[in-house]
Amino acid sequence: MFGWGVIKGMLVTLKNFILSYFTKERLTTVQYPEERLPVKERFRNFPFLIYDNKPEDLRCVSCDICAKECPPKCITIVRDSDEQGKPLKRPKVFDIDFSICMNCGICEEVCPFDAIFMDHEFELAKFGRFEDLNYRKEDLLKPAEHFAKIRPQDAARIEAKRRAKAQPATPETKTQ
Amino acid sequence: MEYTLKETPALETQTLEVSLGPQHPSTHGVFRMDVVLDGETIVKLKPVMGYLHRNHEKLAENMTSYLASMPYTDRLDYICSMTNNFAYALAVEKLANLEVPERAQYIRIIMAELTRLVNHTLLIGFLLNDLGAFFTPILYAFREREKILDLFEDVAGSRMMCNYFRFGGLKVDVTSDFIPRVRQIINKYPKFLDEFEKLLSENEILMARCQNVGVLPKELAISAGVTGPMLRASGVPYDIRKVDGYSIYNRFKFRVPIGEKGDVYDRYYMRLLEMRESIKILDQAIREIPDGEYISKIGAAGARSPRTFKPPKGDAYGRIEAPKGELGFYLVSDGTTKPYRYHVRSSSFINLTILEDMCLGHKIADAIVILGSIDIVLGEVDR
Repeated sequence: MFGWGVIKGMLVTLKNFILSYFTKERLTTVQYPEERLPVKERFRNFPFLIYDNKPEDLRCVSCDICAKECPPKCITIVRDSDEQGKPLKRPKVFDIDFSICMNCGICEEVCPFDAIFMDHEFELAKFGRFEDLNYRKEDLLKPAEHFAKIRPQDAARIEAKRRAKAQPATPETKTQ
Repeated sequence: MEYTLKETPALETQTLEVSLGPQHPSTHGVFRMDVVLDGETIVKLKPVMGYLHRNHEKLAENMTSYLASMPYTDRLDYICSMTNNFAYALAVEKLANLEVPERAQYIRIIMAELTRLVNHTLLIGFLLNDLGAFFTPILYAFREREKILDLFEDVAGSRMMCNYFRFGGLKVDVTSDFIPRVRQIINKYPKFLDEFEKLLSENEILMARCQNVGVLPKELAISAGVTGPMLRASGVPYDIRKVDGYSIYNRFKFRVPIGEKGDVYDRYYMRLLEMRESIKILDQAIREIPDGEYISKIGAAGARSPRTFKPPKGDAYGRIEAPKGELGFYLVSDGTTKPYRYHVRSSSFINLTILEDMCLGHKIADAIVILGSIDIVLGEVDR
């Protein structure tokens, strides 16, 4: 019968319409600002810098590896130095331009000091286009507890690795 | 094919030039067609590409490492980033002679086939949008696709820009609930496909709009270098998964569906059939998946410090059967950390070249449908 195909299709639509009142399977809309889906543990957005106890104890030693490996080159690092001009193992400037960053997560993979990780925060809309999106060192700093909270499995693995590294207690000058 | 203007002595007619696009939802992105019309019939059609050109190949040649262009490959065909990763990883592994562990191979296949499901589901939705069935099929497609993308996000960290493959393996192992969730998807997907088919396949309007529209003859398809579902819809049984057997595809049993006429309807139906074959592959893959390493030792070292990864001098062409056709990466290495030459053989770009031959003599509304049935993603066309 001509037209039967259309009617059959309409029946599918009707089935979906009616069942959307009863099953979650067919009504997948989430009313976003009020309702939120849980964020996945491995979800990656923008990087943040991790510190252990107080913000001065950055894990970052400003080795510049992440800045060099970053595909779109969104990280700027300037090494700090003391009064005599001797370079120190901490960054003076650590900027990440969030308008350039493409959330690939390569910085966290290549970091040998576990100092940079991808964050879960995604509501980052700003009014400005340039300065507001260029995140400075102070904006990027987050405690290790924050990392343990958002990514418990990864944090446990990395902490275990760090503890194993610290155990042999070899003098640091040897490794340099 | 040639189209000649009909001569009517009593009435003087003129052709009309229309610029379709670049900003129009039915062109699937920023793509323009310069169309010459006789009434509503297409006399000439010139595709204009390049609005989304992002210099992908040259960028890759100027990166610090091979790995650094991996996230950029996600952005080629942004619907199916996993297969783009796959093709690039395959090319670099060929270049550097890297082994891939068994488990990683299986996970790669699972990801590639899930991507095929995503792509084909979405394509049918968009094709129906082009036909004028506004948003009902596409929303059903989105609903199902989201389940697979959730899985990708769980495993790789991102829904669409997965950046999951590494040379010699994968970025991380899959999560512990990955296999049960894939099983859930492959149990439920056939039901959804049945529903989709009931909704669309026998619909008289769809049949009237799609059958005998945009016929692509076998010979023309072969000579134009068309690949993927488009070629198979024209009746050529050519599937790189069968022909090449890359990765571990020769271990799986699946059939290659072929079409009869090569019209839009065949191309639509081809996708439905291919999804069912993909589900078969997935079913076999999750049954056979072994435990073990997800990345080889050399691969892991390369992923930790990409700038030490230097493939030997030479060249390699890695190709896969991406959901849209043959996706190949041609790399020339000069022994440094970055490729000397990097070329992408993108399927949708080459499939798009014969748009004019399929559209001539049809109405302008059909051109939109034919374009939709080619299945282009402008990120891949313009690169």
